[in-house]
Amino acid sequence: MNDLPALPPLGEGGQITDQSQGRERVISIRGLRNQFGPQVLHDRLDFDVFRGEIVGLVGGSGSGKSVLMRTVIGLNPSREGRIEVLGEDVGQLSAAERLQLQTRWGVLFQDGALFSSLSVIENIELPLREHARVPATALDAIAALKISLVGLPADSCAKKPSELSGGMRKRAGLARALALDPELLFLDEPTAGLDPIGAANFDHLLLSLQRSLGLTVLLVTHDLDTLNAICDRVAVLLDKRIVAGTMAELLAYDHPWVREYFHGPRARAAGIG
Amino acid sequence: MTDLASRATQAWLRPVDRDGRVILEAGGTWTVFAVAQLRHIHDPAQGRRNVAAIDIAGIDRLDTAGALELMRLQRQYADASLEGGTPEHRGLIDLVAKGVVSGLPRPPKMGWLTHALYELGETVMEFFEQTARLLGFFGEVLVVIAGAIRRPHRFRPWSVIAQMHEVWILAMPIVGVLIFLVGVVIAYQGVEQLKTFGAETFTVEAVGIAIMRELGVLLTAIIVAGRSGSAFTAHIGTMQVNLELDAMRTMALNPIEWLVLPRIVALVISMPLLVFFGNLLGLFGGAFAASIYLDFTLPQFFARLRDTVPIWNFWIGMIKAPVFGFVIAAIGCYEGLQVRGSAESVGKQTTKSVVEAIFFVIVLDALFSIIFLLAGV
Repeated sequence: MNDLPALPPLGEGGQITDQSQGRERVISIRGLRNQFGPQVLHDRLDFDVFRGEIVGLVGGSGSGKSVLMRTVIGLNPSREGRIEVLGEDVGQLSAAERLQLQTRWGVLFQDGALFSSLSVIENIELPLREHARVPATALDAIAALKISLVGLPADSCAKKPSELSGGMRKRAGLARALALDPELLFLDEPTAGLDPIGAANFDHLLLSLQRSLGLTVLLVTHDLDTLNAICDRVAVLLDKRIVAGTMAELLAYDHPWVREYFHGPRARAAGIG
Repeated sequence: MTDLASRATQAWLRPVDRDGRVILEAGGTWTVFAVAQLRHIHDPAQGRRNVAAIDIAGIDRLDTAGALELMRLQRQYADASLEGGTPEHRGLIDLVAKGVVSGLPRPPKMGWLTHALYELGETVMEFFEQTARLLGFFGEVLVVIAGAIRRPHRFRPWSVIAQMHEVWILAMPIVGVLIFLVGVVIAYQGVEQLKTFGAETFTVEAVGIAIMRELGVLLTAIIVAGRSGSAFTAHIGTMQVNLELDAMRTMALNPIEWLVLPRIVALVISMPLLVFFGNLLGLFGGAFAASIYLDFTLPQFFARLRDTVPIWNFWIGMIKAPVFGFVIAAIGCYEGLQVRGSAESVGKQTTKSVVEAIFFVIVLDALFSIIFLLAGV
């Protein structure tokens, strides 16, 4: 990407136009640098996510979308920079504070990452039992509610993850991520590998859960329909930095990769551009 | 470890009389972290039965688990309605009310006796089925080998050499050290026990026969089963989980030819080499111990070995080695192919592979003993 023109100056948190307007920042990244060997993935990266919004994170293959998400949730200790999540500086937390923070977010991995030795309902009950000390009498009701909220049939409760289809594993993973009613949800390619109907249902599900539970959502996706249908803002990983804005702003943004992404044939098919 | 449940600062419930009605006031933090605390309140209305309403205006944080608790409370007082609360909280309660389901199918739970009988029966059945399947697999492998003999390029020499590096060269230090030590131990014990009869020079025969005929090959087989058999299972099993084997099958590549055959060939060649090396070190171990406890020099030890221990003992060990190698490699690969679906399955099959390989090696060793006894060697 070295031959591409340098990015024009960006607003605070990588925004094209400043929309912070005193909104609470749920995630705030300043000056992040991630390097693996000689390869620099992120450099001087700033990024904000505000409370109550759904932000889609896009970028070319290998541009470091998943690495950025993993860095925020602490799976990839960052070399340089400051990351604040829910008001806590992730780099400065004690073990106990980190544990507290981890119960306030939920993460859905690409293929669900359900614990393969536990049934679906046991997967959901695990954090409830372990962290919230929910008594056994109340466990089933809460877990069953989560299962019905994500639209899984009741008979899938007793099944092992390996007996579920890919779409159902994602829903079960979402139910587990929602177990402790987190304020913040991270989703890695939530609709990848789903059929268009399943993907649209999943989008709808996410949107309704986000509205009714007041969630903040950061999702990595390549699904242009998802971006268009549910994301309040879109963040693009460009030239090792984040460029964030609404769909309309990004459509007007002058950068070859962004133009190709949002004005290509697939984008047109999704009703963008 | 901090107690995360204690994060719920307070959730409270108290009955009040308001305009002649009994109203249950709820307030505080009604989240999943407060459920345990809420379940401890046995009679929130403190004896009053005619609760007319539950006032939720005092609740400042509510989540789905808290909403479920409110609904449980509502069921407890049949006539009570919900009053107050922010629109967000009312919306959340409506959402939860829509999502509530009753009656979850759970995996059936058995009593311990039934469970024990069930497990026993399943293990017995599994043993016979497993033996039948293993024999079937051995047959399949032999067919592939026969096909490969007709077209030798199918043996994939580079794959075999890479595997041999893994199972032979890298196993040499551990095999050598262990059998050396066993040689020392046998010699020392031999001297100690035989001294009582004044027959301590027979220690040389004891070491020679024990190491070359039985222990060298048996110990090597056990180490190789734990080291390489398990690695075969874990490797092929992980490929199975990643659907790599399915990919091979759809590309007209036979996994037995590509994955199983090189491993079996490598181990069948490597086992005798390892056993030979192990025997050598075992004998040196014995000679070393004899030179200390018996005042035998090394040349004296080996001269006596040559004169009194028939060479057949060496060949018996070497004949068993490739057979054990075949069994270990075949079981390792077979259990890898049996992996289904999950990481848990990889662990299970790996355990099975090592246990089965050692089991079959010892059973075969007993069979060999009978055969050689009948053959008179």
